[in-house]
Amino acid sequence: MASISEHDTQQDRQGFRPSMLINDTRYRGLTFQFIALMLIILAFAWLGANLMSNLAAAGLDISFGFLDEPAGYDIAFSMIDYTSQSSHLRAAIVGVLNTLLVAFMGCVTATIIGVTAGVLRLSKNWLIARLMSAYVEAFRNVPVLIWILIIGAVVTISGANPRAFLGEEAESNLFLGMFAFTNRGLYAPAVEIGPGALIVLIALIAGIAGAIAWRWYVKHTLFSSGKLLPGWPMWLILLAPPILAYFLFQGAIGLSMPDTMANRFNIQGGTLVGKPLIALWLALSVYTGAFIAENVRAGILSVSKGQTEAAAALGLRPRRVMNLVVLPQALRVIVPPLISQYLNLTKNSSLAIAVGYADITATLGGITLNQTGRAIECILMLMLFYLIISLAISGVMNVYNSTVALKER
Amino acid sequence: MKTTVFLGTVGAAALAAGVAGAATLDDVQERGTLNCGVTTGLVGFAAPNASGEWEGFDVALCRAVAAAVLGDPTAVEFVPTTGKTRFTALASGEIDMLARNTTWTFSRDNDLGFEFNGINYYDGQGFLVPRDLGVTSAMDLDGATVCVQTGTTTELNLADFFRKNNISYEPVPIETNAEAQQQYLAGACDAYTTDASGLAATRATFEAPGDHVILPEIISKEPLGPLVRHGDNEWGDIVRWTLNALIAAEEYGVTSANVEDMASAAGDSPEVNRLLGTEGNLGEMIGLESDWAVNAISAGGNYGEIFAQNIGEDTPIGLARGLNAQWTDGGLLYAPPFR
Repeated sequence: MASISEHDTQQDRQGFRPSMLINDTRYRGLTFQFIALMLIILAFAWLGANLMSNLAAAGLDISFGFLDEPAGYDIAFSMIDYTSQSSHLRAAIVGVLNTLLVAFMGCVTATIIGVTAGVLRLSKNWLIARLMSAYVEAFRNVPVLIWILIIGAVVTISGANPRAFLGEEAESNLFLGMFAFTNRGLYAPAVEIGPGALIVLIALIAGIAGAIAWRWYVKHTLFSSGKLLPGWPMWLILLAPPILAYFLFQGAIGLSMPDTMANRFNIQGGTLVGKPLIALWLALSVYTGAFIAENVRAGILSVSKGQTEAAAALGLRPRRVMNLVVLPQALRVIVPPLISQYLNLTKNSSLAIAVGYADITATLGGITLNQTGRAIECILMLMLFYLIISLAISGVMNVYNSTVALKER
Repeated sequence: MKTTVFLGTVGAAALAAGVAGAATLDDVQERGTLNCGVTTGLVGFAAPNASGEWEGFDVALCRAVAAAVLGDPTAVEFVPTTGKTRFTALASGEIDMLARNTTWTFSRDNDLGFEFNGINYYDGQGFLVPRDLGVTSAMDLDGATVCVQTGTTTELNLADFFRKNNISYEPVPIETNAEAQQQYLAGACDAYTTDASGLAATRATFEAPGDHVILPEIISKEPLGPLVRHGDNEWGDIVRWTLNALIAAEEYGVTSANVEDMASAAGDSPEVNRLLGTEGNLGEMIGLESDWAVNAISAGGNYGEIFAQNIGEDTPIGLARGLNAQWTDGGLLYAPPFR
């Protein structure tokens, strides 16, 4: 040790000489990193230059001007106004929204399915535990594309043709006069917004806020005075304002029922939750849910048995043991892999075109790319979109993770 | 130097592939096979038969080009492409030519950087509906769900047609013809739209073709033809004139049966002699052997024979010649002179 420090001080005294970049271990690493970096930059520059020269040779250029031109094609499912005369950019936005919709719905359901299956797989009930094992193994080990196609095919085969519901003497009647499950999807009533809808919405938000406040108050009095107040007023606070507002402002929010008389091919009016969305959403949910179930199981098993036994010894019921002792500790194991499952689900949604769902890959990366021939531009935009979305999900979930992670003080 | 080679290998797959170089002919001859892009399967136009060999109207053109260039109609590597992958495959150099019911349009020719080499089928877009639907005109399709292959001109024509007539529809985008057929038969869509020839070919494969009707409206012009990359005129000429040779052969009565005979010695007709290489040096001008057209015609016969054998009225597809008859018979086929 002494000799090294002596050596170092000697070197320092002599100052820096270029030969130290190779001979001195302190600088050698930096030198090689610099060389490697230069090589990587060169490699990418070469690839870029090659791309440019090939494009030039083919008489093509990089331009995003096509985004302003009319798309020319129709999209079956869009959350914003879109016609075939809208621009390619708008078609891309329709795709982005559709991707986000299915990713959000998928993440929510996958989490519910995954947590339920993960907890139940550890159940002492032999049948339930085995059923959950079968679910996890079946869904985890078959590619998600196959599940998308299977669910799409099941909907197509099991659903009736919409024509069965049409006309004066229909073969089938709407379920409750509202719902029709067909081979093109599920027809349901649509919510219609009238004047005063905003007040109903505000009442709803007020109800939710009030309910949360009541819960907090109950908890506070329990901890401060040991008195347990009843839980039922929460429901009253939650539901009373919006219901009151709904009846005070008649016609603020109405339902428009599916109409079976207007057209000879399809049910009109109402909302159609299309087959592509159903197939993609369910497939992504059950597939990712199987992975999440395993994460949850791993998380629960990571909490030592002593914790459960100690909680039981204190007199907590099994449900409370799970909610108050095990899950909070399990979360810090569950959340990090959960983030990557959310990312996987979002990225897997790009398989949408298999069932004809108009996600960003199908619009921008599919039809637009094909009609304009702007492959490089479209793929670049696609990559950028998925990158941003993935980083955003990852960022939000990391914030959540830091709240459940072990607090080190 | 070594670094360059290494980087070249790495980059080749991603970016360096398919330098739009000038010498496709040399590449094909060196390779000994022609890479020809076709559909993933449309009976009559391009589909593998029971023994796994590709056959059909578009396939015959690939074979004719292979015969003209390599002297061997079987020296073809068929690359199945979807409506979406076909242009990338051609632009990247994965295939040397594309013969896949592809519509010749302005933007494809100019903006996408391809060169169409003529028209081998004059087509138009139609609608196929189940007979029991009772629809007699495309105008009756208001509110219908329509299956359409994505990434095609069909998709754009469909949007235009419904917009122009101010009626509504629900599009169901689909990747391949086989999948569209399955969705249509399962009732997931009320109508299927594509080129009328494709509808006839698809319907021919149904269990009960009589239960389905093709509506009378033809809503677009769809001139289908082979295409190559921009910038290699020599190769483009070879594909163009091979197609013209097949069309001209029908006009002059040269068939697969008599072509050997007629090519063995110069005959009475100077145009036939020039076509078959017994007079003049047309083969040399195009950079091929003098018997290039003889090989092309022997491969599958002249245009009329190819049509009759694959999609004509005696086949299950049963398409009439219609616009695709020779100009002498009131059609649009008109090969420029071989001179």
